[in-house]
Amino acid sequence: MKGNIVISVRNLVKKFGSFTANDDLTFDVFEGEIFGFLGANGAGKTTALRILSGLSAPTSGEVMVAGYDAGKESEMVKRNIGYMCQKFSLYEDLTVRENIMLYGGIYGMSRQLIREQEQKLLDKLDFKEFRNRVISDLPLGLRQKLAFSVALLHQPKIIFLDEPTGGVDPITRRQFWEMIYETAAAGITIFVTTHYMDEAEYCDRVSIMNEGRIVALDTPENLKNQYNALNIEEVFIRIARPLKQTV
Amino acid sequence: MKIIESWRICKKYGEVQALDDLSFSVNESEIFGFIGPDGAGKTTLFRIITTLLLPDEGKMRVLGLDVVKGFKELRRKTGYMPGRFSLYSDLTVQENLEFYATVFGTTVKENYDLIADIYSHIEPFKKRTAGKLSGGMKQKLALSCALIHKPSLLVLDEPTTGIDAVSRSEFWDLLGKLRQHRITVVVSTPYMDEAMRCDRVALIQNGKILSVDEPDKIRQGFSRKLFTLRSADKYSLITALRKYPGILTTYPFGETVHVTFSGDSYDDSLLRHLEGLGIKDAVISEAEAGIEDRFLELMEKGVTE
Repeated sequence: MKGNIVISVRNLVKKFGSFTANDDLTFDVFEGEIFGFLGANGAGKTTALRILSGLSAPTSGEVMVAGYDAGKESEMVKRNIGYMCQKFSLYEDLTVRENIMLYGGIYGMSRQLIREQEQKLLDKLDFKEFRNRVISDLPLGLRQKLAFSVALLHQPKIIFLDEPTGGVDPITRRQFWEMIYETAAAGITIFVTTHYMDEAEYCDRVSIMNEGRIVALDTPENLKNQYNALNIEEVFIRIARPLKQTV
Repeated sequence: MKIIESWRICKKYGEVQALDDLSFSVNESEIFGFIGPDGAGKTTLFRIITTLLLPDEGKMRVLGLDVVKGFKELRRKTGYMPGRFSLYSDLTVQENLEFYATVFGTTVKENYDLIADIYSHIEPFKKRTAGKLSGGMKQKLALSCALIHKPSLLVLDEPTTGIDAVSRSEFWDLLGKLRQHRITVVVSTPYMDEAMRCDRVALIQNGKILSVDEPDKIRQGFSRKLFTLRSADKYSLITALRKYPGILTTYPFGETVHVTFSGDSYDDSLLRHLEGLGIKDAVISEAEAGIEDRFLELMEKGVTE
């Protein structure tokens, strides 16, 4: 496993009134790692994700993200992470260029730096001809590649991806995972939440939450061996089924 | 009797060809899946099947009725669950179900047998408003509402999108049980793994059907020998494989990489090539193609033809 820890969670507890959404979570995520964060609806994933991204403070426990305390230095955490979800990521009625300017501006980047990063991004995606096109004119596959690149514009140490390849065709999907691999190889940590277990198979390690706790954390291969399962879906169905139905 | 017969259906939105010459048929009591990415035309097709949209060209008969001329009768005989949650969020679970039953001139009691398996999961919460249910519960309520008038054909547009794996698996089990009531199910999904739960599937891309068959037969249609490679460093492995002279296709596939070779085989030079590029832990083995491998192959053909 790669050396440096970029997310360190120790005894994280988050309560809403008498309900414990996160019950004593402890785990580390490493530099350049692709980490899958799985769990059934209501297992506590979203709560944990909000804490890791500085949007919500833990009730107790220690959460360090990109070198900052997520409870006390949430602004610094936000500056050092990127976020992309499948459902919404770019403004559809703005052009490629305008979206880049907007995101760069929000992250407080200088005009010069935005221009440099824009150039790099357009070169890499071979996207120059699309510079002045509005997002709604672009095919879904291109939009997602662009959204991922824009989420990396401010050079974050960690990027959070929510169901990154949901709904795209199998070829685009694989191009997208190659972009993820390339990004991870450059030392950026990729934190993936998803409902789709075949997406989990692409991760270096996955954790599975059930009723506020992490019930499994290992490489996909080790988990499959441990539970004698053909795929992560089987592992998941075996251990993530809630004991009582929640609504 | 064929439940759906479609002849050369076309539909355009302005310049965009949403459906391009679709011909297929669906048999009685089967679960027929349309598998394809967002934008493939699945929702447009389902709106034509359910008489909510008119085709530009072609003909379609559903349950023996023409979708254009017979729409009134057809609507009584089909159940439709749209992709977006479309029940009344401010009505309770029970009120929604009773509403749908009344609209179709029936009662919950009359057809309760049909939905008992599904509805029993949400019945403990029947006084709760639908807007406050979890994703999996909403989906079970929507399915109950689509079934309450005992339709002959059930049309489900991406019923499992956004639902966790446990609920998805339960949902497919429930669909399987509808066979005993002789209800035909047409369902769409962007997820290849769900294809295996259907009796027959159509792979759809850019408004065209690439292949229609039983999922196992589609899988077996893969025309080359498939190999999987593993290495701790997948990114370097993929990059290095693409530089190997005999390589035909290289696709990341979960923990492994799926490859084909131009001569359908490889020799010692492959591992030497990888070692030369610093990959010393590569392991290669022959593998059976899955439905997604075949989809990729059909897509490539579409691109090169």
